[in-house]
Formats: sequence, C-alpha cells, structure tokens
Amino acid sequence: MADRTPLLVAEALTRRFGALVANDSVDLRIMPGEIHALLGENGAGKSTLVKMLYGLLVPDGGRILWRGEPVTLANPRAARALGIGMVFQHFSLFDAMTVAENVGLALDEAEPLRDVAERLREVSRAYGLPLEPGREVWRLSVGERQRIEIVRCLMQDPHLLILDEPTSVLTPQETEGLFETLRTLRDEGRAVLYISHKLDEVRQLCEAATILRQGKVVERCDPRGQTAASLARMMVGSQIAEVRLSHAAEATGPVRLRVDNLNMPSEDPQGTSLKGVSLELAAGEVLGIAGVAGNGQDELFAALSGEVLAPRAADLTLDGTPIGREGINRRRRRSAAFVPEERLGHAAAPRMALSENALVAGHAANGFLRGGFIQRDRMLNWVDAVTHAFDVRKGPRDPEARDLSGGNLQKFVVGREMLRKPRLLVVSQPTWGVDAGAASLIRQALLDLARDGASVLVISQDLDELFQIADRIAVIFNGRLSDAQPTREMTREAVGLLMGGEGFGPATPGATPGAAPGAAPGQARDKEGVA
Amino acid sequence: MTLATAILLTVITAATPLLIAAIGELVVERSGVLNLGVEGMMIMGAASGVAVAIITGSSTLGVLAAIGAGVALAAIFALLTLALAANQYASGLALTIFGVGLSGVVGAPFVGVQREGIGRITIPFLSDIPVIGPVLFRQDLFVYASVALVIGVSWFLWRTKSGLILRACGENPVSAHALGYRVLRIRLYAVLFGGACAGLAGAYLSLVLTPFWTSGMTAGRGWIALAIVVFASWLPFRAMLGAYLFGGLIILQLHAQTAGVAIPSQFLAALPYLLTIVALTLIMAARRGTGAGSVAPAGLGQPFTPDR
Amino acid sequence: MALVLERRPEAGKWALLLSPLLAVVLTLVSSLVIFWMLGQDPLRALQVYFLLPVSDAWGLQEVMVKATPLVLIATGLALCFRSNNWNIGAEGQFLIGAICGGGVAVWTHGWGGPWVLPLMLAAGALGGMAYALIPAVLKVKLRVNEILVSLMLVYVADLLLDWLVRGPWRDPFGFNMPQTVTFAPEATLPLLFQGGRMNLGSVIALVVVVAAAVVMARTLKGFEIRLVGQAPRAARFAGFSDARLTLTVFAVSGALAGLAGVLEAAGTVRQLLPGFSVGYGFTAIIVAFLGRLNPVGCLIAGIFIAITFIGGENAQIVLRLPRDMTLVFQGMLLFYILACDTLILYRVRRRVPGVGAQA
Repeated sequence: MADRTPLLVAEALTRRFGALVANDSVDLRIMPGEIHALLGENGAGKSTLVKMLYGLLVPDGGRILWRGEPVTLANPRAARALGIGMVFQHFSLFDAMTVAENVGLALDEAEPLRDVAERLREVSRAYGLPLEPGREVWRLSVGERQRIEIVRCLMQDPHLLILDEPTSVLTPQETEGLFETLRTLRDEGRAVLYISHKLDEVRQLCEAATILRQGKVVERCDPRGQTAASLARMMVGSQIAEVRLSHAAEATGPVRLRVDNLNMPSEDPQGTSLKGVSLELAAGEVLGIAGVAGNGQDELFAALSGEVLAPRAADLTLDGTPIGREGINRRRRRSAAFVPEERLGHAAAPRMALSENALVAGHAANGFLRGGFIQRDRMLNWVDAVTHAFDVRKGPRDPEARDLSGGNLQKFVVGREMLRKPRLLVVSQPTWGVDAGAASLIRQALLDLARDGASVLVISQDLDELFQIADRIAVIFNGRLSDAQPTREMTREAVGLLMGGEGFGPATPGATPGAAPGAAPGQARDKEGVA
Repeated sequence: MTLATAILLTVITAATPLLIAAIGELVVERSGVLNLGVEGMMIMGAASGVAVAIITGSSTLGVLAAIGAGVALAAIFALLTLALAANQYASGLALTIFGVGLSGVVGAPFVGVQREGIGRITIPFLSDIPVIGPVLFRQDLFVYASVALVIGVSWFLWRTKSGLILRACGENPVSAHALGYRVLRIRLYAVLFGGACAGLAGAYLSLVLTPFWTSGMTAGRGWIALAIVVFASWLPFRAMLGAYLFGGLIILQLHAQTAGVAIPSQFLAALPYLLTIVALTLIMAARRGTGAGSVAPAGLGQPFTPDR
Repeated sequence: MALVLERRPEAGKWALLLSPLLAVVLTLVSSLVIFWMLGQDPLRALQVYFLLPVSDAWGLQEVMVKATPLVLIATGLALCFRSNNWNIGAEGQFLIGAICGGGVAVWTHGWGGPWVLPLMLAAGALGGMAYALIPAVLKVKLRVNEILVSLMLVYVADLLLDWLVRGPWRDPFGFNMPQTVTFAPEATLPLLFQGGRMNLGSVIALVVVVAAAVVMARTLKGFEIRLVGQAPRAARFAGFSDARLTLTVFAVSGALAGLAGVLEAAGTVRQLLPGFSVGYGFTAIIVAFLGRLNPVGCLIAGIFIAITFIGGENAQIVLRLPRDMTLVFQGMLLFYILACDTLILYRVRRRVPGVGAQA
C-alpha cells in the first residue's frame, strides 16, 4: 500500500495489576495491510496489551495513535467504531443463543435479527466461512465457533483484526484454512495482529513481529528471516532445556491398562458421549491422545479416573483387575494417579492452601489421616517434598493455590501425583498455558516416569508435545478413539486428518443426534472452509 | 353474574400479585442475578403503599410509594451483590428479613385502619358480554397492567436489542463484558425493575385485595413468585400460566374452606405451599425426561467483577 | 469512571474477625440513627436493647435460654452453607422437632417414666432430620431448588402445629385454649440453676458446638464439606460424592434444628402452642453468617443475637417499639456483614487513567 502512516501505534503503554506490571512501557507499530505477530510466553503480557487496544482495559500510562491521531479507547465500542475487531482466545460466545443473535450482539447499530442473518450469510459466503444463522452455538464445533467470532468482526468491516491464539483449538487443516482467510484480508488492505506462541505458524504467516517478555518489548523482527529456535530464544530469553531423551519404546512391558469397547453417555447434555472406545497401554509406555477440544476428552478423563463410573466393571481393567465400577480413590489405591486439565477448580481448590490441596488427591492413598483425623504436619512435609522435587516457586511455605503462577501450580499438581511413583498416570493437557521452562520440566518428568516402568497416558491438544513424548498416538473425535499408531510412523498431516474426523467411517446411527460438536455435516463444511 | 364468572374473577385477583412479582423476578434472573428478597420487597411495598395512601388519601401516591419502596430495597441488594459482589443468596435472605421487619415497623401505626380499595374499571358494552365480559373488561388497573407487563417483557426480551443484551449478561457475563457491555449497569437496571414489580405486587395486596394492613400479609407470596419463575422456565407467558394456576389453587382452597369441606382448614391452607413443591418436582422430573438439561440462564447467581 | 475490586494482599486472619465486629459496630450506629428518627432517645434505646438484658443473673440466664436454639440451629446451617446447600427451612425443621418430641410428651402424659426425655430428644432430632431430607432428596434426585422447597415446608409445619394444638392434641382441661397439656416433670429438662430458666439444653448446645468445631477443623468430613462448597469439581476429583454430602449436611442440620425444637419444648416452653417459635430458624441464618459459618463463631454470634432478641422484647414494653424492630436490626446486620466481607478482603478503587486514556 502507498500509505505509509502506521495504522496503529502504541506508545509506552503501561498497565499494572496490583504490584504486577503486566505491560511496562510497551511500544507497538502496525502498518496497514500487514500481518503482525505478537509473540511471547504465557504471562508475557500479550493479552493485557491487546485488551488495551480493544478498549477492554484502561492503560495506566502511555497513548494509542490511530492513523497518526491520538485516540481514547474507553470501551470496545469505541475500538470497533475506529475499525478494530477482536477474536478472543476463549471465545466470547453465548452458548444458548443462535449464531445470528451472537453476531447481532457484537454489532453496534441495532439491526433486526432477520437483516443480521441475511448479512451474515453474505459475509460468510464471501470469505468462505459458512455458518447457519439459526443454529444454537452449543451445537457447533470449535472451528465453527471461531468462524462466528471472525465473521462478526468482518461484518464491521474492520481495518485491524486482532486474533488471540486462534489456532490452539484448530486441526492443522483448519489452521491452513484460517491462514487463507487472513491472507485474503491482508490483500484487501486490512491489518492483522496475530498473537501466538507457535513459532512455525508465525514464520509462515507474518511479515513483522513484536516480542514481549515479562511485560516489556524485547525484540522486533521480520519472522520470515528467523528460525524457530532464534524466535524461541527471544521469547524465553535463554536456552530452554531440551527434553533429553525419549526412552526405548521397544522395551515396553505387559499391558497395564485396557479399555474395552467403552460406551458412556456424557453427563453434560451438551457434552460428547464416548462410543466404543478401546485402548491398551503397556507398562513403560507413553500413549498420546490427540484431538480438537470438545471431542470427548473430558468424558474420557472422567471415565479413566473414575470420577464417572463405567457402565460395566470389565470396561476398564488395570493389571488384569476389572476396575470400571471403582471410584477414583479405589483406583488411586491401585497405584493410579490423575492430573485433570483445569488446574484451578478441578486439580486444585483455588482458595485452599497447598497442603490442603495435597489432601485433595492424597487422602486415600498418602497416609495423611490417622483415625479419621487430618495430619497437617505430614501434608506440609509432602508439600515441601513436591516443592523441592519439581522446583515449585512460591513465597510462603504453604500459600493458597490461586497465588501460584500457572506454571508453578501445574508443576505442583503434576508433582503431587508423580511423587507417589504411580504405576499408571493419566494426565490431561499437561503443559497447557504454562511457560516453556515448566513445560519442559513436566515433559521430562513424564518420560522419566515411563522409563521407570510406569504407564503414562497423555491427553493433549498440542501436537508438538505429543510428537515429542508419546510412543504411540491415538486421536479422539466425536467420542470415538482411533487405533493408536507408533509415533514414528505418523505424520502431523495424518493426525490432523483424524482430528478432523477423516477415517472414522460414518457416525453410528442414533448416537446423540445434534449434541456432538463437529458431527458429520459440520465436517463437510469444514472442508469447504479450507478450499 | 354466574358462579364461573365469579370464580374466574377471584382467580385473576389472587393471581395478579404473583404474576407481577414473578415477571419482575424473571427479568432479574434473565440478567443473571438471583434475588431471593422478593418477599421482603413485596411486603415493604404493601406496607408503604397502605401507609402513604392513608396519610395522603391518594391511592395513586400509595402505589407510587410502594414501587419506590420496592426499588429502594432492590437498590440495597444491588449495592451488595453488584458493587460489592457479595453472595446473592445471603443478600437476598437478608433483604427478606429486613423487609419483613421494616414493614412491621412502618405498618404498625396503621394496623386495623380500613380504607376503600382501588376499584375496578368497567369498559362500557364490552363488560356486558356474558361470562368473559366481566372477566376481561371489568377489572382493576393492576390486572391490565400485569397483562401488559407480560406482553411488554416478552417483547422486550425477544424482540429488542436491549433485551438481547440483557439475556446475554445472564448467559455469559464474561463474554458480554468482552463485547463492551456494562454488565453491572444492565444488571442494576434489571434488579431495580424487579424491585419496582415486587413493590407494585405488594401495593396490590394492601390497596386492592385486602384494603388494609396486617403484619406479614404477603404470607409467602414472594417465595411462590420465585417458584413460578422456575416453573415457567424463565418464559413470561408461562409465568402467566403458572401464576393463574397458583391463583386458582388459592381460590379453590378458600372456597373449599368456606364450603365447609370436612378437611381441617390448616390442611387446605397448606395446599398452595405443598403444591408449589409438587409443581417444582414435576417440572424438574419432566425436564430430566427430555434431557434438555438446565433451561436457567447459564450465569444465574454468579457474581461478576470486571477487571478494568 | 471505573470502580474496581482489588484483592488486598495483606488481608490475613485478622480480617476474618474484624469483619463481623465492624458489622456489629455499623449496625449499632445505624440503629442509633433509626431510634433518633423514631423519636426515641438513642442512648436510652441502646441501653434497653443491649445492656438491660445482661444486667442481672436472671437476664443472663434468659440470654442463654434464647441463645441455645439459635446456636444449635446455626451450627447445623453453617455446615450446609459451607457446602453450598441452602437449607433455609430450619424454622420448619425446628417446629417438626418440637412436634415430634412434644408428641411423645403428650402421648406419655400421665404414665411416663425417666425414659420419656431421651425418647423425646431422639424423636425431635429424627423428626427434624426427616423433614430436612425432603428438600435434600428432591435436590439430589431431581435438582429441585432446595431453597424454595425447604422454605415452603416452613409454612406447612406451622400449619401442622396449628392444627395439632387446636385439634387432636388440645389440652382437654385447657379452657378451650389452643395448646397442649403442660408437660409432666419427666418430660421436661432439668434446670441448671435456681432462679432462672437455663436448662440442660444449653449444655447440649455447647457439646454440639465443640463436636462440630473438631469435625470441621480436624477431620476428613470437615475438609469434604469445605471443599465441596469451595470447589465442587475438585471435590469430585478428591472422590467425594456431592449428592451424599448434600444428604448428610441436610440430615445433620435438620437433626440439630429438630433437637433445638424439642429442647425448646421440653426445656423452656413446656407445652406446644401456636406461635411456639419466635423465628429462631430464620434468625439462625443471621447467626450462622455472623459467626462466619464456624461453629465457635456461631456460639458467640448466637449469644449476641440472643441479647438483641431480649432487648427487642424489652423495647416493646419499655419504649413501645414494634417487635419487628429486631428483624430490622438482623437484616441490617447481615447486610453489613456481607458488605464488610468484601471491603475487608478487597479494596474498592477508582482506576486512575494515565495519559491519553480515561476511564
């Protein structure tokens, strides 16, 4: 474009939360028709920065220029009026409402829903992002939900589109489709601010990058001229400890955990039922389960942990014993351990001290009780042991769980289970949203545990992680699980196709009509989206 | 006037305060706030209404005072639950206890003072139609207002952008905030509207239904209004149906008592409460059968604090 | 302008004590204003409400008599509220307890023995428990709102008592008054001291408080109650069943309310009659919150509220203030507790915008 006035300039933006300086004098410059990457680790301040650019947070200092003019973004409406649109990482959608209502809510002029639906059809057709205006959001797949977010931004005809970690919930193929859309937008002269920590994507898509670390801009570069490793160094500020070893997969032992044709309706009416899930997990093996969020991962974790009992005892066997009807604590006493996806609220009670959180998972098998009475000193010793072994950084000896950073709390909840030396560990999203150092430590610990003969099952959306640590990978889609294949024989493309539902055959007739995200019809549209 | 007409008329009078209070609470809950203080706001409405009407001699001022009292109590609730993000259950209970107590203090000087109730409006000619004429066209203003409220609220919630926004705040306050809506302000308006409705319902009790003040005269009607909202699956027209069903029950029970049915009067008096429990149980059992899950606004009862 | 709530990093254990104290002070100040508005001498009114009840031994005993049911019920409610179970029908469970226990007394009148009293206490506790299990079972099985069910049952219990004392249980020699016989000596609780009405019930309440405090602070069950209330998913991860816990806490709180009811019947009133309760079941909700949902806290709060209860009765006589004034204080007190909790744990702050931005 001929116009060389930057579209948006942020000058010395600063924002504090209590004592924490989330953004410390951050400068950013975005040109029209540019896809600009905002890179940084979790907690580096990316979300804070874009929330200020979208009028959701008020800066404590600094200013924002739009086409060279200083502007005040008092609220998102003001941002939208200038032409700034935003696609949120955790979608800002209303599940019980229709697509058209969701779009209507993001428009600033009152417009009859019928007209909204009409324009919605037009825009979604023009950009190859098909949507049905009358469908309720909870019936849609994750990819379709993201489409709503993008389409409703596009209906405002934005000059700058902000996307916060948009690909973390997409299959590789869906990601490619999104990139096509973003390139179309760039070619129309619109700018895109693309927030990610996936370095390969950024190198592929973006022509400029601003890198944040601990709330400060540490680097600006053209990511096309960088390697993933050099970008990672800028983000982290030092070399990340590489995961040292993959253990010898050939040396795996006898089958420890077997799931045999498990059928389980979801307790959540909007959830995904498990349909004919079978798997085998050997001693000393790491099995990875890939899949797009909402395809039955939560239900699978609940079934494996015993939070929800299987219909038949023989659906699950551990070392030959049927355990399907045993609750989570009886399974723990059989030396199984579990780490759920949600750190705060599921793995740990936010407002309880770490010692009490040790009791959450350990009251059945850790000897924290004597005659029904809680032994506080033993729990505290356990916390100290976990802290030491997993390098949990915290101020006081026994803080509340919510006072720990994401990475440190994750190290604590993983370490809490590992310290027991379980023979079976089921872990969901082990490094979701944690910093690179903690992620690498956790992955190494998982591998070490398997090398010592334990069986490890990792449910993860992060394909890089699974390719790094899993011996075999299976894919969960719409409540069904593919056969696990050795990781060496799999490609990302093959896993991606499975994640999109290719190769699962037709859905079982009569299986939870409509309730399944990404059911067959949605899938057909997904492919159109790629084209 | 036939017996059927007479019964229908009394059913409508018994149902109207329930309906007005329930519609108000329905809007509050659609915005994501659970105000358990309906009983307290309602009885304060009844007490202030009758007090002002007696002092000033004006029923209109009485009604306005009742609405004002409901709004004032709702404002206290809003301050606690919205501005200070306090527990909504506890705040609502506090509001009920406070309202019941204060109504006793406010109403004390007026115990036993009789006055003429607000009369009915007769629409000429139309009211002469047999059976439905008196039912539809010879009612007091409150009855017409309650029907208008149902239609208005239904239109507002499903046909206007503001209604859409209000429901969005009840579904997912975090997302509504992310889109730039002022969740707390919208919830404040909803809570105040609910207070106004509860106050109005109270005025109906003390200015129309029984035109004098007795301590504790709401007798749990505020709680039944809350139950009607659940029973109605948060839909205005179903709330109307629910209110008329309960109104019918109350009348049935009164008629049975006066007709000298050989059942102790206390058992008949307990019927509305027992049937509230039965109705709630049946509706929940029916919902479970369909697997539709919860139809309540997803964000109901969750405090929301924006970080800005 | 944007107001934000910010967590106070320095808020520690002292805040937990400070908040109810501050709430009490604010309530006192507000009541002074209200008394003044009602044309009373504020200081005189304050003296009647808060000092007169504790100015002699008889008064002190009366305070304990009133505090006993409040403390018992509130302790049970604290367990419920802690685990997010909203039993607000304790008043009904209290009445049913009195009815069941009192029924034993009426039934055995004239031929009982020393076994009557234990039987009454058991019947009262079991009756209250069964009555509380109605909303609990409906909640667990069908997710029926327990607030509405437990509350509706209060009205039902009230009417049941009314029917009983006017009908089948009416004292045949009671000049047609709606009341039962005065209980026989073996159906009444022994008094603790001469010259007052304080009875064995207060000792039972104290034992219950100590037991509940130990359970909450030191046992796995107490941990379970706290965890289910704070983080239900984490409680499930810990292998606790929220359905079973709901039944348990409702059963315990119902039993304690029922016990309070029968103690009131056998110890203080010594017969059943309409208006038997002065609203202990509802007031106990305030006591539970004022006591920070902690058993020992409930004990202290129960005694304080009992003083205002008696103060209210005094004020009715001495100052001709409506008795409902007591409810106004209680409601206000709960408002202030809720507000103080937020204000002490959080700081309300106006966000001061920087250059180029405004709130």
